[in-house]
Amino acid sequence: MQVYVNGDAREVQPGTTLAELLTALAAPGSGIAVEVNLELVRRADHASRELAAEDRVEIVGLVGGG
Amino acid sequence: MSDPLQIGQFSFQSRVMLGTGKYETLDQMDAALSASGTEVVTVAVRRVKFGDQDGPDILGRLKGKYTILPNTAGCSTAAEALRTARLAREILDTPLVKLEVIGCPKTLYPDVPATLEAAKILIAEGFVVLPYITDDPVSCQRLEDMGCPAVMPLGAPIGSGLGLQNPANLRIILELVKVPVIVDAGVGSASDVAVALELGAAGVLLNTGIAKAQDPVLMAEAVRHAAEAGRRSFRAGRMPRRLYATASSPLDGLIAR
Repeated sequence: MQVYVNGDAREVQPGTTLAELLTALAAPGSGIAVEVNLELVRRADHASRELAAEDRVEIVGLVGGG
Repeated sequence: MSDPLQIGQFSFQSRVMLGTGKYETLDQMDAALSASGTEVVTVAVRRVKFGDQDGPDILGRLKGKYTILPNTAGCSTAAEALRTARLAREILDTPLVKLEVIGCPKTLYPDVPATLEAAKILIAEGFVVLPYITDDPVSCQRLEDMGCPAVMPLGAPIGSGLGLQNPANLRIILELVKVPVIVDAGVGSASDVAVALELGAAGVLLNTGIAKAQDPVLMAEAVRHAAEAGRRSFRAGRMPRRLYATASSPLDGLIAR
């Protein structure tokens, strides 16, 4: 099935969890936060959150800014 | 002589807050932050770029050394600002947020109604909201009434370096608002910092004024001194302004004319 990660389409297996997606992306273990469909998904819930087709995942970190 | 800047439960010795954007390198940023004496630095929330795993680790440079104040820069609606603030809190585990809701891409002026709307919700969610806001007294008062522990009126448009464009408004805000007033945006050089603090601003927040100085580290040092000088000048209380001269040397005992 298809999901969107930071705006880019990506194929994942049905039943893939958010934690599995982050692992597949080699996302850093800290310093990031994740939204699915505009809602924050807390770190503690990454392993239990199963993705659905067309989910829009935002993975953010910190950058320099004022 | 202790003269801390108290923002809610947070207490700082330095009255300079610095942004972390626009530096040539992270080493340059490190050196400038250090030279400024700042204790509070802002960061922005952005999408992680995958495939760029060696990207700069700004958090690693800041964590443990500074109080990190995440911003909602780039947000143009209350909803975006709320999402960004929640994401920042997830990353940093801090209640602090510099709330920015931009109403106009050209001036980067705050969207006041959207800022008020977002502030209300974030405060209800337990955030410590430091709002970037227009330099008008009423907006600042509304945010204070809502429970913001400080307000951050702009001195001039973000990144303009124009300095305090409306010192009279700042003086009115300082009279009417009891929480600390931090002049944010437009602060272009050390003298702008001194003027703001001498007027009674509790602090300043600047980024471009340091990052885009010819020598950012030297400017950071100048800003530190300017903040200290401006604060002392405020506490000392300036003399009243007079239109005409009054001689500093005695008129008594002058030689014959």
